[in-house]
Amino acid sequence: MFIFEWLNNQLLKMEWLYVLVQKLVEGVFGLSIQDRLGGSIHFFIYDVIKIFILLSFLIFSVSYIQSFFPPERTRKILGRFNGISANILGALLGTITPFCSCSSIPLFIGFTSAGLPIGVSFSFLISSPLVDLASVLLLASIFNWRIAIAYVIVGLVLAVIGGTLISKLKMEKYVEAFVYSNKVMDLEPEELTVRDRLQFGKEQVLDIIHKVWLYVLIGVGIGAAIHNYIPEEMISAVLGQDKWYSVILATFVGVPMYADIFGTLPIAEALVGKGVGLGTALSFMMAVTALSLPSMIMLKKVVKTKLLATFFVIVTAGILIIGYTFNAFGHIFL
Amino acid sequence: MIIKILGTGCAKCKSLEANARQAVSEMGITAEVVKVQEMQDIMAFGVMRTPALVVDEKVVVYGKVPSVEEIKGFLK
Repeated sequence: MFIFEWLNNQLLKMEWLYVLVQKLVEGVFGLSIQDRLGGSIHFFIYDVIKIFILLSFLIFSVSYIQSFFPPERTRKILGRFNGISANILGALLGTITPFCSCSSIPLFIGFTSAGLPIGVSFSFLISSPLVDLASVLLLASIFNWRIAIAYVIVGLVLAVIGGTLISKLKMEKYVEAFVYSNKVMDLEPEELTVRDRLQFGKEQVLDIIHKVWLYVLIGVGIGAAIHNYIPEEMISAVLGQDKWYSVILATFVGVPMYADIFGTLPIAEALVGKGVGLGTALSFMMAVTALSLPSMIMLKKVVKTKLLATFFVIVTAGILIIGYTFNAFGHIFL
Repeated sequence: MIIKILGTGCAKCKSLEANARQAVSEMGITAEVVKVQEMQDIMAFGVMRTPALVVDEKVVVYGKVPSVEEIKGFLK
């Protein structure tokens, strides 16, 4: 247990880095990390370095696993299951496929045109940006393992229920006709060697870092500002645990925003540090990652307004319920 | 010969296009390089991962950027 805790603190929470950055801020800049400015600078440098180290390592490992599940294969596996087990599998496979909702929409089309029920495709589409292996480890690093595991479970449950509801509502006719008229090419997945997989992992790391670095910097910047410059009274007046509307507010502020989970984590971290309910912070994160204007616009090209609205309402309602549940029982996790 | 580059305009699609054009000019063949950017048209090829390279209506590579040398192999 002691060894596990030590590994957890040093490798995942990177306490050595915390101390190192503290020495830098105090020794080189001559600022105390108890001060506003020193505290913000410390938060910024520590979080940026930590997120980039973890991100590179995680994307590499996750990509290696992903290389065994290209979409062509995922589609074949999903085709063998029916009913709720297909939804559950869709949600699970969503956790090991792309990191951003923009790349999951072509998959949605590919799955649907291959004859998978739309409910299964939607389970996949909901879980794909919301829960991925990398974000789970980051949550464990920033908060703790209990929160990370609880997040995965509620994310998957939301994906399964959302997809199942869409199946039950029989919304197939609200998918644009061209999706069904596509020919399905059974492109054989190529055989990959270990070297190919390692190369794929390396490319993914460079590609994703290149895509997200700005969001991470902005997210950590906002986090650092919240951490030390915005008075706690102001935040708790709007998002405090005792405010019934805090979850709703966090969700609706998050929905139009487009960032990925790596950029929103530092903001959630700083909010929780300021006494905002865990549920409120998680709702914000889920709203930013699962729903965004750009992904809605892409999805609009594929499905009719009615199905898009249903998808939006189900996911939003799910996020609100998750937020309130975590706020009510959050003390168990912190 | 018609070479199609499928992709919604991402950075990878641009490098695939550049590689394809270079392969064509190094081989000294006459080929038309066409960009396909509308999602509906891309999906019509049954491709789920972009960028993809299509040579004479046949998908030869998808989901990655092949090197100039690899592309030359497909154009032979």
